[in-house]
Amino acid sequence: MAERKILLGNEAIAYGLIEEGCRIAASYPGTPASEIMGTLVRLKDSESIEWLHVEWSINEKVAFETALAGAYSGLRSAVMMKQVGLNVASDPLMSAAYTGVKGGFTIISADDPGPHSSQTEQDSRFYAMLAKIPVLDPSSPEEAKNMVSTAFATSEKYEIPVMIRPTTRVCHARQDVIVKGYQHVETKSPTFEKNPSRWAATPKFRFLLHKQLNEKLREIASANEISIPGNGSTTCILASGVAWANAKEVMDELNLHDRVHLIKVNMPYPLPDSFLKTVLNAHQKVLVLEETYPVIEYQFRDRQKVSGRLDGTVPSQGELLPEKIEDIIRSWLGIEQAKRPVPEDLPTRRPTLCPGCGHRPVFYAIRKVFPKGIYPGDIGCYTLGINIGAVDTVLCMGASIAQAAGFFHSFNGNDKMPPIVATIGDSTFFHAGIPPLINGVVQGARFVLVILDNRTTAMTGHQPIPPISIENMVRACGVEFVRVADPYDLKSLEEILKEAGKYAFEDKKGIAVVIARKPCRMDRRAQHRFPEIEVFITDECNGCGYCVERFECPAISLPKKKEPAVIDPVLCVRCGVCVDVCPFEAIGVKK
Amino acid sequence: MRQQIILSGLGGQGVLFATRIIAATALDMNLHVLSSETHGMAQRGGNVVCHLKVFGGNGEGVFTSPMIRPGMADVLLAFHPEGAKLHGHFLKKGGVLICNDTKMIDATGIALKLGNGLLTNIVLLGYAAARKCLFCEADSLRKALQNASGPRAEENLRAFEAGFMEVTS
Ligand code: SF4
Ligand code: SF4
Repeated sequence: MAERKILLGNEAIAYGLIEEGCRIAASYPGTPASEIMGTLVRLKDSESIEWLHVEWSINEKVAFETALAGAYSGLRSAVMMKQVGLNVASDPLMSAAYTGVKGGFTIISADDPGPHSSQTEQDSRFYAMLAKIPVLDPSSPEEAKNMVSTAFATSEKYEIPVMIRPTTRVCHARQDVIVKGYQHVETKSPTFEKNPSRWAATPKFRFLLHKQLNEKLREIASANEISIPGNGSTTCILASGVAWANAKEVMDELNLHDRVHLIKVNMPYPLPDSFLKTVLNAHQKVLVLEETYPVIEYQFRDRQKVSGRLDGTVPSQGELLPEKIEDIIRSWLGIEQAKRPVPEDLPTRRPTLCPGCGHRPVFYAIRKVFPKGIYPGDIGCYTLGINIGAVDTVLCMGASIAQAAGFFHSFNGNDKMPPIVATIGDSTFFHAGIPPLINGVVQGARFVLVILDNRTTAMTGHQPIPPISIENMVRACGVEFVRVADPYDLKSLEEILKEAGKYAFEDKKGIAVVIARKPCRMDRRAQHRFPEIEVFITDECNGCGYCVERFECPAISLPKKKEPAVIDPVLCVRCGVCVDVCPFEAIGVKK
Repeated sequence: MRQQIILSGLGGQGVLFATRIIAATALDMNLHVLSSETHGMAQRGGNVVCHLKVFGGNGEGVFTSPMIRPGMADVLLAFHPEGAKLHGHFLKKGGVLICNDTKMIDATGIALKLGNGLLTNIVLLGYAAARKCLFCEADSLRKALQNASGPRAEENLRAFEAGFMEVTS
């Protein structure tokens, strides 16, 4: 029975996948995409959808390949990830465009203009172009849900993977959406037709597959119908995704539809030549609004009349917020700029690790034990170790380990060899940390690696990690020094780090791995009992600020310099770790 | 009916939950909802802001953008005094500011008196309802709160009333 529900964009996509009979779905968490699989897992369970296989895969490449085999077997399949996850899955992506699929296959890659929670503002639609596959660009949760149906249908018709590219403002928008519910999908049996010249094509056959791909793409382009409003105005705005949603609202309000055609592009690639020509012939002036890179714009071969990112009309970086779109439209049309209140120039709060987070003592201890170190860091909540001064580099998933080795080789033999101490989370270690650890051992690198094991993928909302022993995994990579530490026991943590340092740097034996294990405090599923140690600031506190600067628990603040610190009773979770941080023993335990 | 509401606070203050309650109320009233929220890194103690647009019911235009432009919000709910400063520019002329501070309403103090600082968001919501600045009646909010709270319903409703009483008393 159809009903109206308020859904997050990501939830809407998940409902779309279920309504459209998706059978194999795989993902690795990453903001802003995480809630798609989160919702699928929840719905599979609550609605007993036993015909749907869902999995949090170990990384995006594995997720992609797993789901693709579903599509090779004729089943509707989907893989979802954030945009930088698509970098990890780009190898199978390029090849899958050539092999094509049998069952509908959709790649949902969520972009993050801004960026709000990512290393880059990259545009997944360019990946679609590079791979030569079609891409859909939804402007709202409801549209994202409907596009799942278009994606599967197009994918099946042309036997090609189809990308859906939502952005943060679709993924994390909420909207009232009609949910149809689903009937039990006719359980289609998987079939795999052997065809080595397609599924296992050698270079000679790859050429033929490429040719077929180009033909498919031409057909898809000519079927890509885009309606052009016909009121004869000679000015037009071409927009897709949330940029369209913002432009539409601004134009409604300014009553511009009589003067300017607003053309909505749902499939920004491939665009039919005929459409591009018609747009140019019918208009004197064309403005393209899209996020984040100029994908539509580049497809115009003649850009004389076209304004957008390439001619500087639209800024080349950053999110196209509605006020920015309004400014662009007004200045492009020569309308007086809007007067609107400007934000006060205030410092915003930087994100910090939660009160009681088990990562905090580790960063504190690393800095204390290895004060002059180089600290390669990684992607997760623990990137915030930057605030404590114990993270120097953040490149991409898993890079901390290979970079630690790289720093070692760069400084090796130098008489001022700094201690190198890398940090990586449990989930990130499984995702991309194992090959570089093996490599580091093989190449004879020496550094300390701290695996911050909080038993979950915390940053993205607590997705599960593989139930595999990290200790055994590390040993199997060839590491001989492996110790487990409890971050709440600061003194012994410091001792273990010193031993690790001795092993790696003084005794020059190799890589030392310390697994700092404490479940995430925000993980509601964790069955862990945390200590309840009530602390208070004693009269000994002289306001030196050491705890605030070096430990940075959000519950402790220094209202004025040189005046006693204050503990916020709402924020404090009574972990008791700060007691061992204060050099003057001015944080006491209430008896 | 058309209303644009900004909700601003810190990560962990339950800004998202408050937004969901207001959105659910709109749905119950057969209105349309479009909103945008902060997830990810900023939720770890950073500034969190939600944009909520409610519309429908009569012929007035629809919203298509999930974001509110500066100077367009009818209401700003600031769960932390910082929110009023940081997101004050979203308010239109004559828009209503509801701010958790000792001058207007000490929602945190009231929540702590109730024994749980995490109820601050609900106290402020109750206060806003009593100030009649939102598109909906207090009773519709109560109903949505009840439905969304599960085992915490009683505690949440008590917090709502405590905020509500700050206006009537
Ligand atoms: S969510 Fe968990 S891992 Fe992340 S900062 Fe908070 S306590 Fe630490
Ligand atoms: S006990 Fe100390 S370190 Fe732990 S949450 Fe409270 S103030 Fe922060």
